[in-house]
Amino acid sequence: MNQPVKNGVMVYAEQEEGIVHPVSFELLGKGRELADRLNIELWSVLLGYRVRDKAETLIHYGADRVFLYDDQMLEEFDVVKYKHVLVELVREVAPQLFLIGATPLGRSLAPRIAAALNTGLTADCIDIQIDDRGEIVQIRPAFTGNIIAHIKTRSRPIMATVRYRVMKPLPRDNSRRGKIVERSPPKLPDTGLKFLGEVSTRSVNLAEADIIVSGGRGLKKKEDLNMLKELASLLGGVVGVSRPLVDDGWISKDHQVGFSGNTVKPKLYIACGVSGSPQHMAGMRDSEVIVAINIDRSAPIFRIADYGIVGDLYEVVPKLIEALKRLKENE
Amino acid sequence: MNSGLRIIVLIKQVPDIGKVKFNVEEGRIDRSSASLETNPFDLNALETAIQFKEHIGGYVTVVSMGPPQAESSLRDALARGADRAILLTDKFFAGADTLATSYTLATAIRKIGFFDLIICGEKTVDGDTGQVGPEVAEHLNIPHVAYVCEIRSATLDRLLVVSDMGDKYLIEVKLPALITVTKDINTPRLPTLRNVLKAKKANIEVWSADDLADYGELCRFGLQGSMTTVFKIVFPSEEGRRGLIFHGEDAVEKLVEVLRERGFIA
Ligand SMILES: Cc1cc2nc3c(=O)[nH]c(=O)nc-3n(C[C@H](O)[C@H](O)[C@H](O)COP(=O)(O)OP(=O)(O)OC[C@H]3O[C@@H](n4cnc5c(N)ncnc54)[C@H](O)[C@@H]3O)c2cc1C
Ligand SMILES: Cc1cc2nc3c(=O)[nH]c(=O)nc-3n(C[C@H](O)[C@H](O)[C@H](O)COP(=O)(O)OP(=O)(O)OC[C@H]3O[C@@H](n4cnc5c(N)ncnc54)[C@H](O)[C@@H]3O)c2cc1C
Repeated sequence: MNQPVKNGVMVYAEQEEGIVHPVSFELLGKGRELADRLNIELWSVLLGYRVRDKAETLIHYGADRVFLYDDQMLEEFDVVKYKHVLVELVREVAPQLFLIGATPLGRSLAPRIAAALNTGLTADCIDIQIDDRGEIVQIRPAFTGNIIAHIKTRSRPIMATVRYRVMKPLPRDNSRRGKIVERSPPKLPDTGLKFLGEVSTRSVNLAEADIIVSGGRGLKKKEDLNMLKELASLLGGVVGVSRPLVDDGWISKDHQVGFSGNTVKPKLYIACGVSGSPQHMAGMRDSEVIVAINIDRSAPIFRIADYGIVGDLYEVVPKLIEALKRLKENE
Repeated sequence: MNSGLRIIVLIKQVPDIGKVKFNVEEGRIDRSSASLETNPFDLNALETAIQFKEHIGGYVTVVSMGPPQAESSLRDALARGADRAILLTDKFFAGADTLATSYTLATAIRKIGFFDLIICGEKTVDGDTGQVGPEVAEHLNIPHVAYVCEIRSATLDRLLVVSDMGDKYLIEVKLPALITVTKDINTPRLPTLRNVLKAKKANIEVWSADDLADYGELCRFGLQGSMTTVFKIVFPSEEGRRGLIFHGEDAVEKLVEVLRERGFIA
């Protein structure tokens, strides 16, 4: 029998069309650290169709054991079917901790599992620690990013969704060995959900971007976004915006940064004519380096900036573009 | 009750996030510092319901769990076109995490009895978990679709919706079901003065834990039914941010210089 003997930390491996979401590797990195400290195994669970080869990859990123459900019934992400499978597995192997990526998919799936198991679930964590008493502490922003809450869970498994790009994956080690436990899903009922395909693919994935040049209401007209596009492309980055620009139809929602848009964590975030509302900052405050360009010295964005220029973006940005072009030419 | 979709909209009253004060020393949220309003995303949920009612007919019940003052959010919902409002308020409901909140809401929905569709906001601006909707669906054993940003079509037994998961997907869901909606789905209308006045006099049903006793287990409400505890609150630290402001003629050059030093410019 392939029954695990002692319980472990479980990581949900999110995949879409056979591609494992990188947050899953990050969770394995964190999961490895926690499992080692708790002296238990690190498990991962993978659901899908024709994803068998990915189970091996999860071991290379740190899993001791991978529960694999490879079945045509699981080809599409049906939240109710996935929930059924995962609830059955968790009931059987009883992990102490169950981590799921705080992607839209994870945030739709995790609460159903938690409710079915009658267990606690912490949302969108940015850190998970073990305190002096050996208890697990989950750390997450709340109140639109205004505060950071520390949370404990008294039921098992402790469940948490974890934000993308906050944990570090281990370097991939192809020589790591682990066990793949193949399972068949239980018979799944008709769930009432039918997938009719993708309507549109996002034009840009801000969550993945390393450099973002962002514009706000300091811009006077839609065409002026071109200036920011030019700056972004000189830096090898992409354009982000505050919500009002999306509301006014200047650019697609894919570019929106903030509480009701994308949460981003680039290496460099340049905010031009963005005031720094709580809703905007909720989406970008964890950027590695923040640069603010704003005409108003008292704009809140300066409070979280590493570097700033107080000035008219219509003067500063063209100068910046000039300077970067000159550097390129001199190369 | 007229024919059409029987819709339940779940709404939460939240502090005005732009104004709420946080007590840094005590790590406390000073809820009395800000005025209360309906969670912005829940206005989109309500607007979705009202549009269903206009297009294919229906009856809209709004339900909120919270302290007695949450009544004002329910009144506002009536003014915006809801037909019935129920407030779940009791000290036994207090201190609830999302598990207990969703269980209590689901229990109240069982007491209401018939429904075709439950609509929630994507998340709230305070607790900010986005968990209550999918958890309610699980307690009631119905399917859900999260992050709905568009309704393509609706009949009395199924909906065709677009779910914004980063990429957008077309999903058909059989009713009864629950959906959570994003801010992009619509622009909530304002209540008319006439309706505001009418709603002032409208009856708001108030249910306590005892009223739900026949439909659920009391020990799963409130603090007792909660599995998570917020034991500490801190503030995002800007420590380590340099806050270096460049002035004058050569501000841009200085900025370019630091960007170069930090490796952003090859
Ligand atoms: C539920 C909810 C969700 C929301 N979600 C989001 C979200 O996801 N993302 C988001 O961004 N907002 C969101 N908002 C809106 C948010 O509250 C703010 O209204 C918005 O972020 C302001 O955008 P802004 O900074 O571009 O505009 P403003 O606040 O108007 O700021 C414009 C700034 O430009 C500066 N400026 C003007 N002219 C110049 C110039 N010539 N040169 C340089 N600087 C100049 C001004 O000094 C000012 O600081 C949300 C609101 C709610 C209620
Ligand atoms: C700082 C802080 C952090 C917290 N973190 C967590 C956590 O990680 N996990 C956890 O389980 N609990 C947490 N809680 C508790 C949680 O905020 C409460 O349970 C809250 O009542 C519901 O959660 P929410 O605000 O996140 O709602 P969400 O799940 O974000 O709400 C989604 C939708 O559900 C509906 N809804 C939500 N609440 C109600 C209500 N009371 N009445 C009617 N409809 C409603 C609305 O339609 C809303 O748009 C936290 C609380 C605080 C103060």
